[in-house]
Amino acid sequence: MLTIILRRMSESLFVLLLMSLLVFAGVYAIGNPVDLLISPDATPQDIEQVTKALGLDKPLWVQYGYFIVQVFRGDLGHSFLVGTPAIELLLSKMPATMELAVAAMLMASIVGIPLGLIAGLKSDSWIGKTIMTASIFGFSLPTFWVGLVFIMFFSVELGWLPSSGRGPTSIVLGIPVSFLSWEGLRHLLLPALNLALFKLALIIRLTRAGTQEALMQDYVRFARAKGLSQTRIIGVHVLKNILIPIVTVIGLEFGSVIAFSIVTESIFAWPGMGKLLIDSINGLDRPVIVAYLCLIVVFFVVINLAVDLIYALLDPRVRFGASAK
Amino acid sequence: MQFRRLTAFFISSVLTIGFTFSHAADLRVGVGADITSMDPHFVNLFPNNGVAEHIYSKLVTLDSDSRLIPDLAESWKTIDPTTWEFKLRKGVKFHDGSDFTAADVVFSLERVGKIPNSPGPFTVYTKAIASSEVVDNYTIRFKTAAPYPLLPNDLSTIYILSKKVAANATTEDFNAGKVNIGTGPFKFVEFKRGDRVELARNETYWGKKPAWERVTLRILPNDPTRLAALLSGDVDAIENIPTPDLAKIKANPNLSTFTKTSHRIIFFHLDQLHDQTPFATDKDGKDLDKNPFKDLRVRQAISKAIDRDAINSRVMEGLSLPTGNLVPSPMFGHVPGLTPEKYDLEGAKKLLAEAGFPNGFNLTLHAPNNRYVNDDQIAQAVAQMLTRAGITTKVVTMPMGVYLGHASKLEYSMAMLGWGASTGESSSALRPLLATYAPEKGLGSFNWGRYSNPAMDTVLAKAMSTIDDKEREALLQRAATLAMKDIGLVPLHHQINTWATRKGVVYTPRTDEYTLSQEFQPK
Repeated sequence: MLTIILRRMSESLFVLLLMSLLVFAGVYAIGNPVDLLISPDATPQDIEQVTKALGLDKPLWVQYGYFIVQVFRGDLGHSFLVGTPAIELLLSKMPATMELAVAAMLMASIVGIPLGLIAGLKSDSWIGKTIMTASIFGFSLPTFWVGLVFIMFFSVELGWLPSSGRGPTSIVLGIPVSFLSWEGLRHLLLPALNLALFKLALIIRLTRAGTQEALMQDYVRFARAKGLSQTRIIGVHVLKNILIPIVTVIGLEFGSVIAFSIVTESIFAWPGMGKLLIDSINGLDRPVIVAYLCLIVVFFVVINLAVDLIYALLDPRVRFGASAK
Repeated sequence: MQFRRLTAFFISSVLTIGFTFSHAADLRVGVGADITSMDPHFVNLFPNNGVAEHIYSKLVTLDSDSRLIPDLAESWKTIDPTTWEFKLRKGVKFHDGSDFTAADVVFSLERVGKIPNSPGPFTVYTKAIASSEVVDNYTIRFKTAAPYPLLPNDLSTIYILSKKVAANATTEDFNAGKVNIGTGPFKFVEFKRGDRVELARNETYWGKKPAWERVTLRILPNDPTRLAALLSGDVDAIENIPTPDLAKIKANPNLSTFTKTSHRIIFFHLDQLHDQTPFATDKDGKDLDKNPFKDLRVRQAISKAIDRDAINSRVMEGLSLPTGNLVPSPMFGHVPGLTPEKYDLEGAKKLLAEAGFPNGFNLTLHAPNNRYVNDDQIAQAVAQMLTRAGITTKVVTMPMGVYLGHASKLEYSMAMLGWGASTGESSSALRPLLATYAPEKGLGSFNWGRYSNPAMDTVLAKAMSTIDDKEREALLQRAATLAMKDIGLVPLHHQINTWATRKGVVYTPRTDEYTLSQEFQPK
């Protein structure tokens, strides 16, 4: 177990290094953030002075080297736009994004797995067909459009839910969360649903395919022959076997929900990291872009590791296979 | 059965919580750009200044037409050509109850230069001050190295902080809301980054008290989101109505709209520096043997070929004011005689033929696509108009962050730019855009076309050392007339700023584009 974790960490270090270099070179090639941010009445001397003060006059490799040295001191640099440390800025926005991502994944799993099971068990009935047809919409409708339709329908036409923003927060374990208040939940519902739709469709389809495959397997027939109840066959034997691919996908998709909640966050004015990234890219705020991407790489590594560990819990073959070596 | 219970639950929850009307004395405004810092001296960014305008005051400020009016200074005058004297308003109190005096002014002006890591410092507007002298608590004198008539304009950008509170305050202290004490109409309450700013009325404000006890500025940069927030009643007012939705908003009986010509002008620079300009070729794609834009007739032809009224009605939905000027009326330096060039296709073709291009030439036009209202569509429309006149034009657009770097290296032949005369007079457009490039004098810093007219330079230089307002305005008007008759740049239009409110709230629209809660009134 320890070797797996250590190997993963060394691999991710390499990815981090490569990624930071790419982002550095990319943003450097685009231009000087000072040109964008300085007062229009500034003279070239003013611009030069500011560029120098921010260390942006140095060649790319010097800037990168300085960045690496600072990273080992635990400093990812200060945001140009905001002036605060980039990592602090990101961490202050992370709870909002995590809350949205967790809510979306919970919705997708809690609704998606049962629906997928039903669709798999009753694939020929109208209910199975309806679920599958509906899931096509979840797949094919673009997120930003669905988000706007949600807002138009639930907020503007019906007036049931707020159109955007995050509700009031309360502090739990030092983290500001909004899902504990009614007002907070009302704000959370639409963006979480918007973000969940695609994943929901994915989980329905995966569960359905897995269920159909499992139903053909010998162990299901034996269980039936043995006289086990339908509930026990589905709830224990089938579900446990089909969960492995589903857990993998949920894990990976959780990473992508965090990383790519940008569209939903923009449309619902959700004050999370995705919105911060867009603003930082527009403002060429390199420290924040680099820090954001580093954080996302770390997320993916951790999630993958967690997925591997859950495999071992779910699948005896993984558990025993590892120790047999 | 289950379904019915669910429906009942929904309906009851709608009845109880669906319609939460806000308190009558509260105002919620949807602003269209992200706010990056609460430190009013950290970076000169428009959205940040928009918040600072609520909390802090300046010595001098701009009215809704961008004319200078007194704020914390009651009056100002020159004692000799290089000394300005400002008489400060008495009895003004900071939000913490302490008195405002000249020491706070000196402190604030000095703090501007001491902010670490600012990507856009305000020092641009304080560097003319060689030294300052406090005569008494309510009189302050500034020495400048040379006669400098624009000091009041420059000081209209500097927010005054309390020396007592902010003496050792860092930018982070401001972002955390610890030291946000000003003399403005609103007190700072809370800043939630990327989400909102909360403000409360300053009951001891010296000027006209705002109509609202509490104000929330919601940060809603996404156009449809901002609009939806207004339509659903989540906010009472928004700025920057998305142009495609304007007609629908105007037709909505529950909403009111407000418009005002902006100080921002949209125009094109034409490369007049290179002997062969990089993005113009002959009709076969071969290099031209000369740079067509060095010929006044070609520049005139381009200006004549652009149908500004068509852009106004088709692209801008009426939200533009076609112009031949640099600043709109009644701003300082506006020239009434400079009317927008009339659309004249035949005239344009004739001028091109006279200049030796009877068949026109090929051109690539560059423009940003995320900075100005409908910038990429404007570029497309202009390209088609030029093509009709014989200049076969392609369009390349890109985000401002990418565009600016290339354009400022003079890589383009015809490049779009927008300019807001933010200090409220025309020299803030003339000096960077049209004066001969002279970095050591701070002139021509955005003169991407490298237009150069010594006669205009002389008049402008004279204006810049003329303290008398009337005389200076006449000189600025002459300089602008010289440059614009010469098509130093091709002006297109002034943007028109828009606001929408729910019925019952009225706004005094502003030329300088700011959305100020103190200017909203209940009807």
